[in-house]
Amino acid sequence: MQWETVIGLEVHAQLATNSKIFSGASTAFGSEPNTQACPIDLGMPGVLPVLNQGAVEMAVRFGLAIDADIAGQSVFARKNYFYPDLPKGYQISQYELPVIGQGQLVIELDDGATKTVGITRAHLEEDAGKSLHEDFHGMTGVDLNRAGTPLLEIVSEPDMRSPREAVAYAKKLRTVVRYLGICDGNMQEGSLRVDVNVSVRPAGQAAFGTRAEIKNVNSFRFLEKAIEFEVERQREIIEDGGTVEQETRLYDPDRGETRSMRTKEEANDYRYFPDPDLLPLEVDTSFIERVRAGLPELPDDKKARFVSDYGLPAYDAGVLTAARELADYYEAVVTAAGGEAKLAANWVMSELGGVLNERGLDITESPVAAEDLGGLIRRIEDQTISGKIAKEVFAAMVAGEGSADAIIEARGLKQITDTSAIEAMIDEVLANNPGQVEQYRNGKTKVLGWFVGQVMKASRGKANPDQVNQLLRDRLDG
Amino acid sequence: MHEQTIAEMSRALAAGEVSSVELTRGLLARIERPELAGNSFITVTAEQALAEAEAADRARAAGQAGPLTGVPIAHKDIFCTNDVRTSCGSHMLDRFVAPYDATVVERLRAAGCVMLGKTNMDEFAMGSSNETSWYGPVENPWDRSRVPGGSSGGSAAAVAARLAPGATGTDTGGSIRQPAALCGITGLKPTYGRVSRYGMVAFASSLDQGGPMARTAEDCALLLDGMAGFDPRDSTSIERDVDDCAGALDSYPLAGMRVGRPAEYFGDGMAAEVREAVDAATQQLAELGAEIVDISLPHTELSIPAYYVVAPAEASSNLSRYDGVRFGHRCAEPSDVLDLYERSRAEGFGDEVKRRIMVGTYALSAGYYDAYYLKAQQIRQLISDDFRKAFSDVDLILGPTSPTTAFPLGERADDPVAMYLSDVYTIAANLAGLPALSMPAGFADGLPVGVQLIGDHFSEGRLLAAAHGYQQATDWHRQAPPGID
Repeated sequence: MQWETVIGLEVHAQLATNSKIFSGASTAFGSEPNTQACPIDLGMPGVLPVLNQGAVEMAVRFGLAIDADIAGQSVFARKNYFYPDLPKGYQISQYELPVIGQGQLVIELDDGATKTVGITRAHLEEDAGKSLHEDFHGMTGVDLNRAGTPLLEIVSEPDMRSPREAVAYAKKLRTVVRYLGICDGNMQEGSLRVDVNVSVRPAGQAAFGTRAEIKNVNSFRFLEKAIEFEVERQREIIEDGGTVEQETRLYDPDRGETRSMRTKEEANDYRYFPDPDLLPLEVDTSFIERVRAGLPELPDDKKARFVSDYGLPAYDAGVLTAARELADYYEAVVTAAGGEAKLAANWVMSELGGVLNERGLDITESPVAAEDLGGLIRRIEDQTISGKIAKEVFAAMVAGEGSADAIIEARGLKQITDTSAIEAMIDEVLANNPGQVEQYRNGKTKVLGWFVGQVMKASRGKANPDQVNQLLRDRLDG
Repeated sequence: MHEQTIAEMSRALAAGEVSSVELTRGLLARIERPELAGNSFITVTAEQALAEAEAADRARAAGQAGPLTGVPIAHKDIFCTNDVRTSCGSHMLDRFVAPYDATVVERLRAAGCVMLGKTNMDEFAMGSSNETSWYGPVENPWDRSRVPGGSSGGSAAAVAARLAPGATGTDTGGSIRQPAALCGITGLKPTYGRVSRYGMVAFASSLDQGGPMARTAEDCALLLDGMAGFDPRDSTSIERDVDDCAGALDSYPLAGMRVGRPAEYFGDGMAAEVREAVDAATQQLAELGAEIVDISLPHTELSIPAYYVVAPAEASSNLSRYDGVRFGHRCAEPSDVLDLYERSRAEGFGDEVKRRIMVGTYALSAGYYDAYYLKAQQIRQLISDDFRKAFSDVDLILGPTSPTTAFPLGERADDPVAMYLSDVYTIAANLAGLPALSMPAGFADGLPVGVQLIGDHFSEGRLLAAAHGYQQATDWHRQAPPGID
């Protein structure tokens, strides 16, 4: 039987506010346990939450970026359950009335086609603390530094049909929140957390199958693997005549499998009700317009502009706009290179990309400044150096030897374009290799390439290859 | 000296007739006498009080005194006090010391008030008799075998016994007004949002409101002026200027004031002697020029059921934080986290608190939410609408505060429903967020009877002025319990 996979994602994005969503405590990551938890974060008696306007603004930025309905009035609710790292015994979240309603995100598939994924809603809530099970013999430590960090929970429609689509969606979402400056998107540190709902159904069936929710998927690779495993597991159950149970499952990256955490019967009754400590959240049109005016250029718009203004292929434009910092870098290179857009794209994506990849660096940590890379490209374009020599110069730039011009000067790499100098080298090569000259003249013209190589070698790569080619032909044919 | 009201003390302090240290010493000495205190205090902060009194005297000498500078008061033990235990009447918080002051405490301190100590109360403010306190019941100074009312029973009894000229209280369903009535003092529950709830241990967040308790309306006005006003730390606090209530006591003459008398507040269930006293007070107000108007608040009978869904529902969530993890009582040797929760809470909470947590948890459960919580909120709206209509016609509403006078200790302790019915006249004002006060209006068999005045939102000034006008013409509020020296 043909099976269809149905996937929906719930993504928790930690918002990049300086202080917490309901208190003035800092949200900085990595401090000593419990040094960033004030009485409000600790849920002490009598203290009250006050909403951080910055978190609201970030939610609205997101809403505008996904073309969503932004609720004029939304409501904070209490989600009640007991857990040691949940200080108040309830999480302040939004339930029936979220701040961000229906929106959409366009993703690009492996074949280059695009697909629109619906976003059901996005709501504001507070993060819980962390339970620490190591280092405490038979006990659990609780760190409440994270408690009260603002989260935007972004819920997609069950619109994805393959693990690759799910990954494309998650990546796109990460790109968007980073463009907006509302989340650093770091999955390892938990700034971006993905829960995935997976079900399967016979192809052509309208009704959804029973879904499992998978938690603890903290990389795009794990997301893909977890879904692949889960799809296989559910398919086998059904094909063996069983039924899939609605449950929450945990992905184990070491074993590459998902395992049951709790079933539907074991699920909490969260007893949601509107939080009486907080008034309904009012977002008026003037606030929305103010936020809209401050929005950066979004990835899709930037990509379209790269295609139209720089004449880049869609693929290149997509790669270069995947992160705002990369796009900014690229544009700085183009400016410095005097408009050599396609050549700049190649250099940023392959040469620089290779170095960054190899060293595990982010574009913001690039060892070569955009202006310097632009300067290098300018020298290729004005034929001061050949593309091949440029690679040597680039390696020296990466090693910190300075600008392209300084390296070319210091190493004497300036391209030889003087015809008489090239001809002298050609004459020497021909004189030393009469056999090959003979072969060429007997019609084996393929040997021309070998001669080019020899002349280039004699010039230590500095001769202009086009000139070498032309002059060799003139000599051999003449 | 201890017979003086806050206004009188304030004048005496200003005239240099007495120092704050003298006043504070005198009152602390009274608090130390168990036959006077009747268990009305949980914590006495003598040393700190004297230090504050000295500071107040110094401030006065430096010419920096306001009307409350050097006036000793007590705080209900529901208001968090930096470095001083805040028990909320519960074993759960027996050793809890907050690292912050409630806004009410902070403001009254800034106004120069001296804190004598923290008063007894029903556990987590859940009760109408002060009998649910982990620290034991409080005696009513008028009859030591009777309850002082609750939940602010310690504050009411302390003011009635002249241990403090004024005290703070909180009122979720009548917890300022009912004990004020039963102890023969004046108590005001302000408009919801007028007084900050920050640092006030939460019972039912949408109903809780702190307010003043004292012997006169004038004193309540002085205390309210000291504690009220917008607080950015409480999102439900109202950003609106507060009237100078003490300065406006003569601005709303009783002559010509339209006072509504709701038929529903004078039906069955009210003790005959209470009715007599309320009728007499009504008559007196009429003689002072008030126009008594018969009105109807048709949804009154729904107040109790609505309240006993909303309040426990919010409480069940508010009290989840007492889990033995970060503060409060923790059971010995928990075997795992579930055991930690279960035993810490089983040991830390008393029966009434547990009952309300269970009722509230049930009301919020999946499948019951619409039938209980949502329905109760709808009823709340109907009750608010009743009042809105009434206030389009009248300035104030008058009725009894409590259906009976102080009842014997233990009488209703095992009958929760009978206890809940004590709140029948007071709850509606909480559900509608309206200001309401209770003032002494007579006696029945030697026990005080209170009359309740309910006003429209933000009409504290008018309410207190009306009570002040009544108190200028009567001396019920001047009566002292027997045997308090």
